[in-house]
Amino acid sequence: MDDLNQNPKLGSADRPNSYIGRSVPRERARKLLEGKGTYVDDVLLPRMVHLNYVRSPFAHAIIKSINTEKAKNHPGVYEVFTIKDIEKVCTPWQGVLGHLGEMRSPNQFPLAKDIVRWQGEPVVAVVAKNRAVAEDASELVEIDYEEINAQLDMETALNKNASVIHDELGNNLFWTRTVNQGEVDKAFRSAFKVEEVSLEFARHTGVTLESRSIIADWNTSEEKMTIYHNGQAPHMMQHIIAKHFNVSEGLVRVISCDVGGSFGIKVHVYPDEIATIAISKIMERPVKFVADRLESYSTDIHSRCHKITGKIGVDQNGIITAFEIDDLSGIGPFSVYPRTSAIETNQVLNLSAASYIIPNYKATGTVVFQNKTPMCQYRAVGHPIAVAVTEALVDKAANSLNMDRCEFRKRNLIPDNAYPTKTPSGVPLEDLSHHACTEKLSNMMNLPELEKYKKESLINGKYKGYSVINMVEVTNPSPAFYGVGGAHISSQDGASIRLEGSGAVHLSSSITEQGQGTEAVMQQIAADQLGVNVETVRVTLGDTDSTPYGGGTWASRGAGIGGEAVLKAARQLKDNILKIAAVIMQSDINKLDIQNDKVIRKDGGEGINLKDLAQIVYYRGHELPPGTNPELITTASFSIQGVPFVFTNSAMGCLVDVDINTGLTKIEKFWAVEDCGTQINPKLVEEQIKGGIVQGIGGALYEECLYDDAGNLTNGNMADYLVPMAFEMPDILVDHVVTNSGRSILGAKGAGEAGTGGAPAAIMNAINDALKPLDAEVNSQPITPEKVLKSLGKI
Amino acid sequence: MDHTNIKTISLTINKEHFNNINVENRQNLGDFLREQGFKGTHLGCEQGACGACNILLDGKSVRSCLTLAVQANGKDVTTVEGLNSSEMETVKDCFIKNNAMQCGFCSSGMLMTTYEIIKLNKKLSRSEIREMISGNYCRCTGYQAIVDAIEDSVNKINSGV
Repeated sequence: MDDLNQNPKLGSADRPNSYIGRSVPRERARKLLEGKGTYVDDVLLPRMVHLNYVRSPFAHAIIKSINTEKAKNHPGVYEVFTIKDIEKVCTPWQGVLGHLGEMRSPNQFPLAKDIVRWQGEPVVAVVAKNRAVAEDASELVEIDYEEINAQLDMETALNKNASVIHDELGNNLFWTRTVNQGEVDKAFRSAFKVEEVSLEFARHTGVTLESRSIIADWNTSEEKMTIYHNGQAPHMMQHIIAKHFNVSEGLVRVISCDVGGSFGIKVHVYPDEIATIAISKIMERPVKFVADRLESYSTDIHSRCHKITGKIGVDQNGIITAFEIDDLSGIGPFSVYPRTSAIETNQVLNLSAASYIIPNYKATGTVVFQNKTPMCQYRAVGHPIAVAVTEALVDKAANSLNMDRCEFRKRNLIPDNAYPTKTPSGVPLEDLSHHACTEKLSNMMNLPELEKYKKESLINGKYKGYSVINMVEVTNPSPAFYGVGGAHISSQDGASIRLEGSGAVHLSSSITEQGQGTEAVMQQIAADQLGVNVETVRVTLGDTDSTPYGGGTWASRGAGIGGEAVLKAARQLKDNILKIAAVIMQSDINKLDIQNDKVIRKDGGEGINLKDLAQIVYYRGHELPPGTNPELITTASFSIQGVPFVFTNSAMGCLVDVDINTGLTKIEKFWAVEDCGTQINPKLVEEQIKGGIVQGIGGALYEECLYDDAGNLTNGNMADYLVPMAFEMPDILVDHVVTNSGRSILGAKGAGEAGTGGAPAAIMNAINDALKPLDAEVNSQPITPEKVLKSLGKI
Repeated sequence: MDHTNIKTISLTINKEHFNNINVENRQNLGDFLREQGFKGTHLGCEQGACGACNILLDGKSVRSCLTLAVQANGKDVTTVEGLNSSEMETVKDCFIKNNAMQCGFCSSGMLMTTYEIIKLNKKLSRSEIREMISGNYCRCTGYQAIVDAIEDSVNKINSGV
């Protein structure tokens, strides 16, 4: 097992039960591997019925009438619902926040009301004895639509003749923001060189292999709503359900068992899931809805969908003097609740050029409505756009000066000893290591060899290119992310830990697991800090009835925030145990420690097993002196204070081969060096980086939700929507620099976004490096063979 | 229920006999197996693209979403719950050691494909392994850990460790 624990606050790494920094295999892995996991669709409840939604076939249409009679009479059908039924038990919502300027998004209902605004919007719910029958009966639902002009193109969404999606708003603007630091125009006027880019990023989506699923079980006797939901944030869902169904929050229980991937897709409020809950409340029985794959593509949130222009100004010495971006994004017909659909653009404005010293910075973002699937936060929110526009401009600036790309970066990256400082947009940065990461990456990549390989290949008619890029990654958000804007999304997480009569340790955390290894990470921190074997610690996650309150898993916050809560709770429990042990063992507490499930005397001599100690406390308390604190359960919470986020940084590079006859790009190698501070389980960190990079490669080369001119999604299936498959993917080399976060004892930052955020820039810059001898460049992702051939003038 | 659409089938699932079970003609084998309680079979796409639902039908891996339950009449089905030969236990150990699964949703299908790879009984390059698993989606790992695990498995099984 490797050992990367370089944080002195955590104690020596060679003591017993030192698990932080070690790649302990995940206990949960065997259960999942052997098919013994419990995903929502595996849950069966008595009297449970099944839902199918009749969805809009149009991107924009008026609902003139709905006739459900034939469907209702179909054998096996229980009920058929429209919004008229649903709105009696559930209030609508608005995806707006108060802290980022004016956002305008009207009420959204669980089922379409009067007008449908995207193809796939749920209109009618058919409830039957099984899904197949519900689907049969759905074909009998008669809906009379009057199609109206669909506003699909985001670039014309604000034109005077655009089709306005919400009459009450007057136009299709959702949100806009401008950041202006320094004197950008003046700086561009006096720049030695000015370079510009214009980039496009297609809509894509998360494609979780397990689709969105929910079971709602309204118990009339208790007036309790139990929800089995494959979500990321059970307490957030609990609050939202209580609010919109006017149920006491304490009587809503949300259980998120095993979740088949999330990537940010499963942290939002979806109309069809809320409708499912409403129907359970009306029918007073359990109702299951599991999205099929077409529903996943047409109703899971989409992401990206940006057009961005960028401009960089440099002086004769290769120092950046000015940087400007202007970003346009289309978010579908509603801002998604409760996080809103402004955050991706906001992150583009905050994160562009964030690795560099930029004295003059201007960024404008415009977010508009359109008649396509709603867009919201997916893994690495905004990062791929921000990093790609920045790194494209940085390469162009270096090339315009005939300067080595790494040398240009070295001159402009924020020095490793310059923290705390701020991004060009004014967001605080601390504890980063761009130069150390870049140096390590350059050595890993062996750049002189790559340059040689590229030149030799060119002689043989092969076009190879490589890239080196830098980035920051938003992780561990504080209340400044959502809470300050009025969203009831917890930035705090809690952990509760107890010693049981058997000597076992039980830990519960508000962080959830979707495959990242949350359970293992929490188990390791608890065992490490308490002094027990990792197998001694049992973990409960994902149940609002039995875990402490907290935000859950998103924005790479699990280890850094939830892990710190575990650390604090474990230390308190250790303290309580040692105080009791000091009484039992008649010793000074400072002479005792816990190792291998036993309180030991540091100077040798007989100790006491935790099991024996627990049994004295629980069963034979009379043996303890009066006034002894018998609390063998402790709870702690943690949230980030003082900065909006704990940023991490990475440097990445790749080597590609571009076939100029077919337009195909082959990734020959990919390298990454990242700094997420303390690594609790290095193997799991590495897997986050690698898995993230491959998702980023998907966005860069393959993934796109394609629409026809009428707003029909034309590739809503796994055969036509391309994602990375094993054969095309490279082996990825990952290394680390460790700069602990000063915001916690644990010192951990996040690691889940970097790969997805950085890979698209690395791929695009490498392709453009390969195409440079041909004076061609690509600027639209996914970079398909067709686009490569077009850039070469071949088609 | 329209009885012209119903057939009665008998089959074994993980060596257990299931006799005279009524199934709808249109029901796919994946849904049928899940109804019988073999929930380790996961349906990802229901169109034969993702490979999550792979099972063994008379010892060969097939997409259970593209196979009708009636086609399994008289046959032996093995689901992930029944994948417990000593070779497959070695494979599982290698998957765990390499963390070759994150969310686990693709794993049962990936193990079925690995079963086919092991059956070839030959050393494969990483590129060949990648090609052989390219009918299986994994959205979490980026595949590298899975390739590592299969490479390890093949080496261990071939060397008899």
